[in-house]
Amino acid sequence: MIRYILRRILYAIPIAFGVSVVCFSLVYIAPGDPLQTVMPPDATAETIAIVKHAYGFDKPLPMQFLIWLGRVLTGDFGVSIATRRPVILEVSEALANTALLAAFAVPLAFFTGYVMGAVAGSFAGRWVDRVVTGAAVVGVSLPNYWLGIVLVIVFAVEYMLLPATGMGPNGSTGFDLLQWSNARFLVLPVITLAMIPIGILARTTRAAVAEVRNQDFVQTLRAKGLSEWTVTRHVLKNAMPQVVAVMGLQFGYLLGGSILVETVFTWPGSGFLLSKAIINRDVPVLQGTILVLSLVFVATNLVVDLLQSLIDPRIRRA
Amino acid sequence: MTRPDLFRSVFMLALGAGLSLAGPAALAGGTLVVGMTAGDLPITTGNPDQGFEGYRFVGYNLYDSLVLWDLSKSDKVADIKPGLATEWQVDEANPKRWIFKLRQGVKWHDGCEFKADDVVWNLSRSTDEKAPEFDPSQFAQARSYLGNFAGVEKIDDHTVAFETKVPDSLFPYEISYVMMISPCRAKEVNYNWAEYALRPSGTGPYLYDRAVPHQRMEFVPNADYWDKARVPKQDRLVLVPMPEASTRTAALLSGQVNWIEAPSPDAIDRLKSAGMQIVTKIYPHNWTYQLNFVKGPFVDKRVRQAANYALNREDMKELLNGLMLEGYSTVPPSTPYYGHPLIYKYDPEKAKALLKEAGCLPCNVTFAISTSGSGQMQPLPMNELAKSQLDAAGFEVKLQPMDWNSLLELTRAGVDKYPDVNAINVSRQTQDPFNALIRHVWTAQWAPKGSNWGHYGNPEVDKLVGQIFGEFNQEKRLALLTKLNETMNEEAVMIFVAHDLNPRGLSPKVHGFVQAQSWFQDLTPVTVEP
Repeated sequence: MIRYILRRILYAIPIAFGVSVVCFSLVYIAPGDPLQTVMPPDATAETIAIVKHAYGFDKPLPMQFLIWLGRVLTGDFGVSIATRRPVILEVSEALANTALLAAFAVPLAFFTGYVMGAVAGSFAGRWVDRVVTGAAVVGVSLPNYWLGIVLVIVFAVEYMLLPATGMGPNGSTGFDLLQWSNARFLVLPVITLAMIPIGILARTTRAAVAEVRNQDFVQTLRAKGLSEWTVTRHVLKNAMPQVVAVMGLQFGYLLGGSILVETVFTWPGSGFLLSKAIINRDVPVLQGTILVLSLVFVATNLVVDLLQSLIDPRIRRA
Repeated sequence: MTRPDLFRSVFMLALGAGLSLAGPAALAGGTLVVGMTAGDLPITTGNPDQGFEGYRFVGYNLYDSLVLWDLSKSDKVADIKPGLATEWQVDEANPKRWIFKLRQGVKWHDGCEFKADDVVWNLSRSTDEKAPEFDPSQFAQARSYLGNFAGVEKIDDHTVAFETKVPDSLFPYEISYVMMISPCRAKEVNYNWAEYALRPSGTGPYLYDRAVPHQRMEFVPNADYWDKARVPKQDRLVLVPMPEASTRTAALLSGQVNWIEAPSPDAIDRLKSAGMQIVTKIYPHNWTYQLNFVKGPFVDKRVRQAANYALNREDMKELLNGLMLEGYSTVPPSTPYYGHPLIYKYDPEKAKALLKEAGCLPCNVTFAISTSGSGQMQPLPMNELAKSQLDAAGFEVKLQPMDWNSLLELTRAGVDKYPDVNAINVSRQTQDPFNALIRHVWTAQWAPKGSNWGHYGNPEVDKLVGQIFGEFNQEKRLALLTKLNETMNEEAVMIFVAHDLNPRGLSPKVHGFVQAQSWFQDLTPVTVEP
C-alpha cells in the first residue's frame, strides 16, 4: 500500500513539471504585457524597458523559466507584481477560501445527487425516474453563473434574506463560520456551486444502481428471500465505487475554484485569484496558482483512488 | 415590520456588530461603503494603480500632491488649486525653472513634519534609479507625468525649485498627479514597499485603517487634516473592488454597499425604482477612434471628415439609455478651451460625397477595439452601432476585438508595429491641456514615445504646441489652446463619438455629495444615515 502511494506521488512530479511548462508558455503566447498593472496606459517604450529590467522580465524566456523553477524548488514562489505580496500567501489564502466553499458544496452535492440517483435507479423507467432524471439534466445544463445571478436577484435583492456578494461582513479575515452573520455569506455560492455536481452525480448514481440491479447476485439475494430494503442496501454499496470516483473528480474541480461563480459572488477564492491574475497578466501569481492547483488535483485523485480501494477490496487486488 | 424589513434590520445589526469589533463604535457620520469598478484594491505606496479610479479613492484620500484639484463645485470643469504647495511661479530669469512655496505646519500621518527635503526625496523615489528609495512601480506610474521633469532642489525648508527640460507652462498640472508619501515611514520600514503598503503614511484627509487583500480597504478621517473644511464628515470609508456591473447593482440594492461606480445603463431604471439616487455629470472624458496617419484611407482628411459626418450620435445616446453626451470634439463643450470648433453633424449624404471625392468608396477600414476596459463604456454594442452607421455611409468597417490589455499594448506600440490597423478605440482622460489635446497631435509624442498613436504630424500644430508650453500668461495660453482644439476639429484628427456622463448609484441614505466635473471626486463632505 505504501509503495503504491509513493509510486503515485512520484508520478505527480512529471505531471507538475509538464503543467508548469505549459502554463509558462501559455502566459507568454497570449498577447499583453506582464507589467500591465504597474504601467499606466500611456507608458513610453523607454519607461517599459526600464521597468522590465527592474523586474527581470528582459531576460530570455527559457532563462526566466529556469530561474522561476529554481526558486520554486526551494519553496520560493516569488512575489505578485500587482500587490507585491508573496505568491505562496496569495495562493494559500485563496485556496483556503475555495476549500471552505468546496467543504460544503461537496457533501451537499454528494448526498443530494446520491439520493436522487438511488431513487431514480431503483425505479428505473418509472415516472419517479423520469422526474428525477429531468431535474438532474436541468442541474447539469444550467450555466452556474446564471443561476448565481438569479439566486442573488431573488434572495439578496428582492427578499434581502442573504448577502449578494463577498465573504463575511468584514472580508475573509476573521471569518467565523460559527456566527450566522458570517456563515450566511456561504449559502448562495455553495448552492450555486453544488448544482452541476448534483446533476452529474445523480445521473452517475442512477446508471450505476440500474446496472448493479441487473446483475446476477441481486437476483440471488432476492431468491434467498431478503427484504427489498436489504437488497437495495447491497445494490447501493456496490454502486458506490463508481460514484466516489466521479465525486473525487468533482471535488478536484471545485477546489480549482469556479472562476465564474467566484466572480459573480466576489468570493476571494482560487478561481477569483486566477481570473485576476489572467486579466492583469500577473505572471508569478498565475504560475504559482496553476502549479499549486495541479498538485492539489493530483493529490485529490490519489485520495479518491485510496478511498475507492478501501470501499472495494477488488481494486486493491487488481 | 414586513419580512424583508425584519431581515434588513437583522443584517444591519449584524453588520454593526461586525464593525464595532473592527474599530471604534460608529458615530453620526456613518460608514460609506463604495463598490468600485476596479478588479482589485489600488496600491497604497504613492501613485496608485487601477487607473484614475485608484487616484480617486486611494491616491487623493491618503495623499496630497503639491497641486490639488478643486472638486468642490459641479457647475464647471474642475481646475487645479493649491495643495501641499501654497503658491508657484516660473522663475522670471529662467523659464525652465519653477519655484514652489510649500505649506507650513503640515504633518505626515506618522507625526513627522512635511518639509522641502521630503519633496526632493519623493521625486528621486520615482526618477532616480540609484537612490535607495527608488521604487520601479512608482517610476512606471509617475513617468507619464514627469516626462518634462529635469530635477528639483531645495531652496529652504519651505521652498523648492523644479527644473524642466523645456519651458513648460503646464508643469503645475503635471505635478498634480504626483503623490507625496512620508519618507519617515519609508525609512522606518527600511524601504520595504510591501510593508509600507500595509502602513502607508501621507498627509491626506483619510488615515489608512485596515485592508483585506483583494476584498476591502478601510479608511478613517484624519481629524488633523491641514484643510479643516475637508476633514471627512463620515466616520469610515470602505472601498470594495467589484469589477462586475451586475454584482455592484445587486450589492447596492441589497444594502451591502451604499455607493456604486458606473452602474450599467440597463440597470438604471431598476435602481431608480428602488429609490436609489442616480447622479451623472459630464466630465473630461472622450470615447473616440484615434486614426492611422501613416497608411490607409484616414491619411486623407476628407475620409476622416466623412467618418465624422457618418455618425448619428443621437442613436448612440439612445443605445446607452441617455448616459452619454454626443461627442463632436476631443474635449466636452464645458472645457474652457473648447472654442467654436467645426461640428460634424450627422449627414450621411455629405459623408458619401466626401468618400466619392476621395476615391474611397467602399472604404475598407479596420478598427482595433476592446471587449471591456477602463473608461471604455459599453465597447461592444457601441462599436457595432458605429460600424453599422459608417457602413451605411460607404465605409466597410472590420472590427478587430481584443481584450483590454492587448489593446493597450497595441496602443503603446504605435502605428509602426500595426500599420494595417486604421483606427483604435481607446477612451481618454482629457483633464488637463496636455492630456486633452497636445499628446494626440504633437510629433514629440509619436508612439512608442507617447500617446500620438497614429503619428499625426503637422508643423503648424507643433509650432502652436511650442507656443503653449512657452506661454506663462494664463489668458494668452487659453487663447492658444482654444486655437489648438479648433484646429484639431477642422483636421478631424479623430472620429469623435461620445463623452461619458460618469453615472453613480447612491443609496437614498447618502447625503452631501457634490459631483465635480472631474475624474477625481471629493468624498469628505459625504454623510450616511444609519
